[in-house]
Amino acid sequence: MKRKLVVIGAGMASGRMLEQLFDANPDAYDVTLFNGEPRGNYNRLMLSPVLSGEKTYDDIVTHDEDWYVAHGVDCRFGQPVVRIDRKNRVVHSNHSSAEYDALVIATGSAPFIIPVAGKELPGVVTYRDLEDTNAMIEAGMAGKDAVVIGGGLLGLEAAAGMASRGAKVTVIHLMDHLMERQLDPAAGYLLQKDLEKRGITVHCKGATKAIMGNGRAEAVLLEDGTVYPADLVCMAVGIRPETRIAVDAHLEVERGIAVDDALRTSDPHIFALGECVEHRQQLFGLVAPLYDQAKVLAKTLLGEEAAFQPVQTATKLKVTGCDLFSAGDFAEGEGREDIVFRDPGRGIYKRLVLQDNRIIGVVMYGDTVDGNWFYGLMKEGTDIGEMRDTLIFGPAYQGGAAPDPMAAVAALPPEAEICGCNGICKGTIVEAVQNGATTLDAVRATTKASGSCGTCTGLVQQVMAFTLGGDVAEAPEGMCKCTDHTHEDVRRLIKSMGLKSIPAVMQELGWKSVGGCHSCRPALNFYLLAEWPLEYRDDRQSRFVNERNHANIQKDGTYSVVPRMWGGVTTPDELRAIADAADKYNVPMVKVTGGQRIDLLGVKKEDLPHMWADLNQAGLVSGHAYSKGLRTVKTCVGSEFCRFGTQDSTGLGIRLEKLLWGSWTPHKVKLGVSGCPRNCAEATCKDVGVICVDSGFKISVAGAAGMEVKETEHLADAATEDETVEIITAFVQLYREHAQYLHRPWKWVAKVGLDWVKEQVVDDLDNRRDLVARFEISQSVYRKDPWAEHSTTLETPKWAPLADFTLEAAE
Amino acid sequence: MTHFVDIGALDDVPKQGARVVKTAQGCIAVFRTADDQVFALDDRCPHKGGPLSEGIVHGSSVTCPLHNWVFEMNSGEAQGADEGHVRTYPIRVEHGRILISAGLMARRVA
Repeated sequence: MKRKLVVIGAGMASGRMLEQLFDANPDAYDVTLFNGEPRGNYNRLMLSPVLSGEKTYDDIVTHDEDWYVAHGVDCRFGQPVVRIDRKNRVVHSNHSSAEYDALVIATGSAPFIIPVAGKELPGVVTYRDLEDTNAMIEAGMAGKDAVVIGGGLLGLEAAAGMASRGAKVTVIHLMDHLMERQLDPAAGYLLQKDLEKRGITVHCKGATKAIMGNGRAEAVLLEDGTVYPADLVCMAVGIRPETRIAVDAHLEVERGIAVDDALRTSDPHIFALGECVEHRQQLFGLVAPLYDQAKVLAKTLLGEEAAFQPVQTATKLKVTGCDLFSAGDFAEGEGREDIVFRDPGRGIYKRLVLQDNRIIGVVMYGDTVDGNWFYGLMKEGTDIGEMRDTLIFGPAYQGGAAPDPMAAVAALPPEAEICGCNGICKGTIVEAVQNGATTLDAVRATTKASGSCGTCTGLVQQVMAFTLGGDVAEAPEGMCKCTDHTHEDVRRLIKSMGLKSIPAVMQELGWKSVGGCHSCRPALNFYLLAEWPLEYRDDRQSRFVNERNHANIQKDGTYSVVPRMWGGVTTPDELRAIADAADKYNVPMVKVTGGQRIDLLGVKKEDLPHMWADLNQAGLVSGHAYSKGLRTVKTCVGSEFCRFGTQDSTGLGIRLEKLLWGSWTPHKVKLGVSGCPRNCAEATCKDVGVICVDSGFKISVAGAAGMEVKETEHLADAATEDETVEIITAFVQLYREHAQYLHRPWKWVAKVGLDWVKEQVVDDLDNRRDLVARFEISQSVYRKDPWAEHSTTLETPKWAPLADFTLEAAE
Repeated sequence: MTHFVDIGALDDVPKQGARVVKTAQGCIAVFRTADDQVFALDDRCPHKGGPLSEGIVHGSSVTCPLHNWVFEMNSGEAQGADEGHVRTYPIRVEHGRILISAGLMARRVA
């Protein structure tokens, strides 16, 4: 007699399981199939082509009515099961019931709905089944605004599908980059770029606060205040196993329905598979392991021994034109090494993670044809030691002797393109070299080869070496071990290529490390904020400790606190507030600095925000006595009190400091303003010094009084205070735009020449005003006290230890 | 077998940053990398005692803020030409919470 099998859920996992079961033994079971959706099994992975219009529902049906009839399946579609009666082995829907000898739960997963206001408004949909897909299609998308919440696999497929039907789509993603579970930041950046190219707006680090609308969805509001209009909101933030029926039946349920290796639940007559199960603390969302489960469960049901063993799976995104591949573990770690290949010109990124000469992770973007080959090597644990040098180039390059780069270059025909950015071929470079361009700079100057993105620099040098018959002068030294590009190149390329984030720079300029180092990250952060003051958001974690904590770290790990005193002038009230703070926080030393400020030394990190809250209260702001930025403007008392003073040097100093404070510069900047040539403010050894004379103001720059001691050089004479301020502002902005990070003005001026600086800020009036205007734009963001945001009640706890076990031990 | 105690949420530690846990034996720096791995190391550089928790985190390494010694956080070994070792402690993340070796709660190292 046939036994009775009841299956709850007609999805891809249970569909495959039934196929396997009928193939092995068509007469073992009478099958009853319940499904909440009013239809049988279709290929859920193909919903995105349906959404985009590339396919129809009929194209993606996997089991049609004929199939169910042919196998004698009693189909109860559109009937969700509401109760399992384990004692009598019967399941009930609202319309019918069925007895079972064996029961399979395959309820899949349910979309996760984030609990924000407006989530129940009409126009808010999820993206899980054909109903959702049809709802989106029927809403009519052409010309409408759509917002997708969630930049994972599902969300991006929904976004691409809606965009191809003509919607204006915005993707809001909580994390730093798209698909963070499958991609590293570099690949995430390329993906974002590709999506933006097809008109999709991507907003990362965006937390949804509410969905707004009167009667139906109209807009999405983010925590940061951004509002995106939205006729349609698609929530695709994730899925959770659908376990309600199992919970009600008191089966063992963790995050999913707990199953053993044979896919049996805590009830020996009940089995489960698919996205609703949890096997050894693991959940499953991709199709490959679900098909493995189907195979195992079919055997189990037929009384054969079988055990499910999850294997690593690979991910691909089904968005036409976005080629990505991700498999395995790509976190960095001890003993792990990376092989990274980047081709910025074509938007290609490949990264292999190796451990003990074996591939353990693969991330690829742009060119994924070798993905499955790498994946195969990874699954089989193949030792790649022998082919390591050429591994990243894929299977086509394996075997044979190691290639000789010179021979390869020699073999290239003259018309072979070497520099893709500028379209320069080998013949042009050879000709330039033969005409006397024997250094890389000279070749760049005459042909433009390797002058744009610079990735072909090595190849250009090889062509030069081949032409000259020997080694060429080395390219200038790179920024750090992460890149061969010089600081100048990086700055120029950030501007010309419109790079606006650290991952963007690292990808487009072919960084050799994954996340940079302590040397390049602060430099990149500065270059980006100097170039894109309004768009780039300062990356605090790429800042050196002093600029991250807005205080100067001391040898014992305490900090110094220096309130700003404009032009070195203070008041009794300010002094009282400083004295009170010193008392309250047990400051071990109070000292006057060389820049006319008061330094409170020996402050504990956790006291910093509290102390600054007190000082802010008294009207004092950060003195930035720690920054690569404007430090102090030192002044003398000038004409107001001094019998020799010719101009109001104190007033000019205060004016300059109020204008320049808060600005970030390549290195620190100190000013001095003296009221007469006696120079009591020691202005002639500062980065910028002003000496007041009867006829006006003598401006000089590029002094030094550190490891180097150097007198300033005369930049300009100005008749009025306004002109003085304008020239100095322009000079500071020119320095911000051109100097290498960690070069003081004297070093930079020596490099570019004082004459060039004069041309830019003194002679060319239009240029001077443009520089001042750009400085003002930047200052609209940065002219502010950092402590205003760090000493709030929300931020203050972040400065204290995460946990304190010394207290607990004492209890 | 190591026992673990909850010290806070993963999100309490900034990406590519660190927070400190005070113990009777000194401060422990709890790091979080860009890809959400966590590490626990003594918050003290073997060179001149610099607070590693204030260093720049890059990949799975951290650079001491005082004199730029670089340590690999899995092993605690100094990188490059510098020689030195920082003690590491068992730590892990479960359901978005950071768990650290309960041994650190003791008054003295056993």
